[in-house]
Amino acid sequence: MTVQELPGATAYPAWKLRTDPAPLLPDPEPYRVLGTDAADAIGQELLLRLYDGLVHGRRFNVQATALTKQGRLAVYPSSTGQEACEVAAALVLEDRDWLFPSYRDTLAAVARGLDPVEALTLLRGDWHTGYDPREHRIAPLSTPLATQLPHAVGLAHAARLAGDDVVALAMVGDGGTSEGDFHEALNFAAVWQAPVVFLVQNNGFAISVPLAKQTAAPSLAHKAVGYGMPGRLVDGNDAAAMHEVLSDAVRRARTGGGPTLVEAVTYRMDAHTNADDATRYRADAEVEAWRAHDPIRLVERHLTGRGLLDEGRTEAAREAAETMAADLRERMNADPLLDPMDLFTQVYASPTPQLREESEQLRAELEAEDGR
Amino acid sequence: MTTVAVKPATMAQALQRAMRDAMAADPTVHVMGEDVGTLGGVFRVTDGLAEEFGEDRCTDTPLAEAGILGAAVGMAMYGLRPVVEMQFDAFAYPAFEQLVSHVSRMRNRTRGALPMPIVVRVPYGGGIGGVEHHSDSSEAYYMATPGLHVVTPSTVADAYGLLRAAIASDDPVVFLEPKRLYWSKAEWSPDAPAAVEPIGRAVVRRRGTSATLLTYGPSVSVCLEAAEAAREEGWDLEVVDLRSLVPFDDETVCASVRRTGRAVVVHESAGFGGPGGEIAARVTERCFHHLEAPVLRVAGFDIPYPPPMLERHHLPGVDRVLDAVARLQWEATS
Repeated sequence: MTVQELPGATAYPAWKLRTDPAPLLPDPEPYRVLGTDAADAIGQELLLRLYDGLVHGRRFNVQATALTKQGRLAVYPSSTGQEACEVAAALVLEDRDWLFPSYRDTLAAVARGLDPVEALTLLRGDWHTGYDPREHRIAPLSTPLATQLPHAVGLAHAARLAGDDVVALAMVGDGGTSEGDFHEALNFAAVWQAPVVFLVQNNGFAISVPLAKQTAAPSLAHKAVGYGMPGRLVDGNDAAAMHEVLSDAVRRARTGGGPTLVEAVTYRMDAHTNADDATRYRADAEVEAWRAHDPIRLVERHLTGRGLLDEGRTEAAREAAETMAADLRERMNADPLLDPMDLFTQVYASPTPQLREESEQLRAELEAEDGR
Repeated sequence: MTTVAVKPATMAQALQRAMRDAMAADPTVHVMGEDVGTLGGVFRVTDGLAEEFGEDRCTDTPLAEAGILGAAVGMAMYGLRPVVEMQFDAFAYPAFEQLVSHVSRMRNRTRGALPMPIVVRVPYGGGIGGVEHHSDSSEAYYMATPGLHVVTPSTVADAYGLLRAAIASDDPVVFLEPKRLYWSKAEWSPDAPAAVEPIGRAVVRRRGTSATLLTYGPSVSVCLEAAEAAREEGWDLEVVDLRSLVPFDDETVCASVRRTGRAVVVHESAGFGGPGGEIAARVTERCFHHLEAPVLRVAGFDIPYPPPMLERHHLPGVDRVLDAVARLQWEATS
């Protein structure tokens, strides 16, 4: 094409890309460690820790699902099949770091050390958040999709302004990447170079909608390049790969390298929640194929093949998980003690005159009930 | 106490001074939004803050209201006190989910562990000839969201005092700035006593005996003008500036209505489902036996905010207020 310059007109200003996109692009295949030579570089201790975490996590998922059937939990969005993502996310963080979970990430909070009963408070229905987020540095489980991601960015930004080397790890599902808050959070994080790691668990379905109807992007990790941050694609069922990739991203964030987008390719073995019927939108054969790629089996196969896991060790892991499950069952069978007057105590720092009137109304109703 | 210089200042200058004083007094106060830094805001309300406190304390953010408010939530979680600017009323709508799902209820969700000391500054209302999406009065949405404080000044002194109080508040405050009053001037000294106005108190701007005009923000000056004009008709009107819509000052409002026996609520936002309905209901519930007539409402029409060439027909003006006052000569038989 010939461009005719007008006499006296200034030339079109030179324009170039701000960043070479090549280093930001993810590899086309999800990164794997278990079953490859790369796994030999990983210490036995870490692999066994991951194994214990997965066994514990699976038992937690099974127990929580059972509690919904007994009416002890209002709902439970299971992360069965996704334990490698949940456990690795918890293990790569230091105490001073913050975790920003979505509604499906109860297990990540538990793997971080939170009391399972406190972690399940929201889903039990006795209060919205059962723990002190500041004490545990775990934000409340977020139900509105992707809305917790900008919180992670703001917190990480504030920490950096304060000179603290704190990292925020924010979790979201594949469906959540379609939300506007996902976009705004990634854009803010990259512009501010905030120390944040975004972990997308691509588990195949947003309730019933498959990934192909969610995005036309080559992968969710590819979205990173548009924001100017690196994207990493990883096998979300490979606990060692998850740990390595997330550790790299956390290290990068902590040392001033800015945010990273990690897409974990995994699969939701259970339905969206106990209220969902997954047989309406996916085939048994697909579920079975993923069962063969189970995160616990992958670690077991690797450790057993190298003689690093014996019967005593698997038994010990199983027993520890059973003890946790029995304790959880027992404590969740106790009816929580709730004070209805708490409805008014934490709406504002001090109640408005209107809330004081309403609380008096409720107090009178409660006294009348007691008097019956 | 030393004598302080009192000189004319605009509401925009008072707001800017409030932020400057708050930032100087408390290093956790951060101002953020689109254009608030180098430009000083499209209304110049944040003028000079970036220069004085640096870009880390007065930050030009990417253009994304949900992102701005969402980031402010995280900053508040880490102990900062963000003051967020939403450039125009209708531009705040993308941030609604953050406001409603997180900002307003984070304290409640976490049983007080995560308070949200965030101020959301929203320039609101019409009368400046703004094109579409630049003149909404969206206070009813904010009022309908438990967990938020909603305040709006009508004077230069209150602009300073209420914004200082909002920034000092441990709860989220939607701070509605009547943009057509940005350039209104008053003799004002920020050093005068009572410079910081506690949130939640209405004030009687004009004493009267025949009826009470209940109003706020940009409509206060309309009501004061109407009160002067009504004198010719033999009406001595009291004008109450609500200042705070949440919490609502039932005490001051009801004391006034019980004195006068008649009330008209005046605001720019749409009448149906608007603040006037709530206020009229509260007054009726509390002052029924003192009322000589139904509580009337003078509001904007129930239409999307009109184009600027027609807005004078939409905005409640002095004549419309006076018409309502005339209707207060109500007889049960009519």
